[in-house]
Amino acid sequence: MADPLATVETKAPPAPARQGSGRWLVLIVPYLWLLIFFAAPFLIVFKISLSTAAMAIPPYTPVFDLAQGFVGLVRGIQEFAVDNYLWLVSDDLYIRAYLSSLWIAAISTFLTLLVAYPLAYGMARAPKGWQPTLVMLVILPFWTSFLIRVYSWIGILKKEGLLNQLLLYVGAIDQPLTILNTNWAVYIGIVYSYLPFMVLPLYAALERLDDTLLEAASDLGSPPSRAFWQITFPLSLPGVIAGCFLVFIPVTGEFVIPDLLGGTGTLMIGKTLWTEFFNNRDWPLASAVAVILLFLLIIPIVLFQNMEQKRAERER
Amino acid sequence: MAGKAVGPVRRSFAPWTDPASKPFIEFRKVTKRFGDFVAVDDLSLIIYEREFFALLGPSGCGKTTLMRMVAGFEGPTEGQVLLDGQDLAGVPPYRRPTNMMFQSYALFPHMTVEANIGFGLKQDRMAKGEIDARVEEMLSLVKLTPFAKRKPHQLSGGQRQRVALARSLAKWPKVLLLDEPLGALDKKLREETQFELTDLQQKLGLTFVIVTHDQEEAMTVADRIAVMNQGRIVQIATPSEIYEQPNSRYVADFIGDINVLEGRIASTGNGVVRLECIGTGATVEVDQDLTAAPGDTAWFAIRPEKISISLDRPQNGTINAVEGEVWDIGYLGDVSVYHVRLPTGATMKATVTNRSRLVERPITWEDKVWLTWTRDGGVILTK
Ligand SMILES: Nc1ncnc2c1ncn2[C@@H]1O[C@H](COP(=O)(O)OP(=O)(O)OP(=O)(O)O)[C@@H](O)[C@H]1O
Ligand SMILES: [Mg+2]
Repeated sequence: MADPLATVETKAPPAPARQGSGRWLVLIVPYLWLLIFFAAPFLIVFKISLSTAAMAIPPYTPVFDLAQGFVGLVRGIQEFAVDNYLWLVSDDLYIRAYLSSLWIAAISTFLTLLVAYPLAYGMARAPKGWQPTLVMLVILPFWTSFLIRVYSWIGILKKEGLLNQLLLYVGAIDQPLTILNTNWAVYIGIVYSYLPFMVLPLYAALERLDDTLLEAASDLGSPPSRAFWQITFPLSLPGVIAGCFLVFIPVTGEFVIPDLLGGTGTLMIGKTLWTEFFNNRDWPLASAVAVILLFLLIIPIVLFQNMEQKRAERER
Repeated sequence: MAGKAVGPVRRSFAPWTDPASKPFIEFRKVTKRFGDFVAVDDLSLIIYEREFFALLGPSGCGKTTLMRMVAGFEGPTEGQVLLDGQDLAGVPPYRRPTNMMFQSYALFPHMTVEANIGFGLKQDRMAKGEIDARVEEMLSLVKLTPFAKRKPHQLSGGQRQRVALARSLAKWPKVLLLDEPLGALDKKLREETQFELTDLQQKLGLTFVIVTHDQEEAMTVADRIAVMNQGRIVQIATPSEIYEQPNSRYVADFIGDINVLEGRIASTGNGVVRLECIGTGATVEVDQDLTAAPGDTAWFAIRPEKISISLDRPQNGTINAVEGEVWDIGYLGDVSVYHVRLPTGATMKATVTNRSRLVERPITWEDKVWLTWTRDGGVILTK
């Protein structure tokens, strides 16, 4: 361009340009992350779910032979079948397992909320200097292996375990209770394991609550017990919802806790998936189970994302 | 600023002059400490029923703390706060017949404007229809009717302030505590709201305590003003007394514009005080009863509008007159302010009403002028 003004304009300071590329990077990183750790594994699982079980290694056909190139790919795709999905809907074992998982997840999410709310409330009301320590204490159990912590609950909940001994000693019961290998043990295990996921968002919401709002409520004639439901609870709702999603979503697919603490009657889709995968070695069916689980969970995940985004916009 | 006459209805209202009047809000030797910090220092104060009482003072002097003790959010460290003869100690805020408008508004963010204003009424289990009617009334009082359904975050700062005001007013509390209620409003809206407030206060016979940084506002609305400094009350008086007869340089300086000349007492007695001003050669003669010894340091304080400016030497010579040079002239529309440099280097301000638009200003920059005042124009202060 001959226009001198234009050259001046193109000689813009380099800072915004660099900022632009930085921005681009910031945008691309989460998508890369999603691609590598979510989209790719998902596509693999989805592909397997469309295959047929076989006595082979790996135990399904077709297997893409990259040596055959594009032709092999097309031939493989032609062999895909939705039989596994048809099977899942026709056998009510799977439907019951899905429903039961959702139900158990819902109940344990609610129980976690009941336990976590007072905890988070207490933390948010504690002297400011104490709060970081309290948050640390909530996170502390994560430093021990999850599996070991769940195993140790067996020691607590079994017939001759710590809990029964304590209750017998106190005199609350005269026969040891059967807790282990029931749904109760699963609830206890889930509430224990997922507590931090509930406590932290609740704490974040409650900690931000402006004390003068409670003063204003009190000033206008609302005693503290009423003000809790009028002010504190509604304003902590974003934390409640975030915590519930953070617990509900992973718990629906939970395997370790129902496997170790639950009984034969505990029906959860994670366990079903495990059985299909390792006992029946039916990888395609197991993959189909996983894909459907994912689609079930996408609904709450999308809801959650939407809500978080709306909240973020409101706060801007 | 001088012409802030109090309306004829309120002139007859002066319970503080009547020893038989019963205190309504009473602070008895109240001290409030936060750790080592003394926010309110051995303060005693009586506010009467139906009074419109203003608290004035610099930031951090304890105004909000004083209000929070009436509302019940803080208890006094020492002393008592009484309401209608009852010690308020141990009475929680939700049982006190007081409402407070918070300096930070403290609007409930999850409720609409309407719900915010109706919140207090709902706590009293008022009938739904009545609540709606009262909310309506409050909304129109603060001119927010079209915004009834909005949430606080959808309002401007001034609108939020008005919601806070309406919410604290809605219950028609016996005592209303207003912590800087109108600071975010433009002048016109502020004046209208001031008028609505005083009107409502008169009509309903409520007691209002207002904190404001706008002294003109305090002068306009209040029956009495307390000027505070560092947790203490420096002076309590009616607006005109505070303005005309400040009891200290602190109050004089705090309220409005004032000229202060330092001097030594020459004589007192017979209702006349004579003060020799330092460095100006002027002698001030004021009609005033004052207990001070000759030779004591004292200050003469006079408002700019009480000073006359002329080019001619006055007949009385240097009695109530001082010579200087015009340094600057500020044109403020209705008045002009002359800044006059004295021989001591200090400047004095004199305001002159601009009567005619086309008058050729007889006094202009660098003129030698004489500033004069009458014997009742200013006061001598000893502290
Ligand atoms: N909770 C508290 N803890 C410690 N110090 C406090 C507390 N509340 C108030 N103070 C201190 O007490 C003093 C008086 O505060 P207050 O809020 O009453 O001032 P104010 O006169 O209302 O000031 P402003 O005009 O800025 O609102 C301030 O110095 C403040 O720092
Ligand atoms: Mg304040």
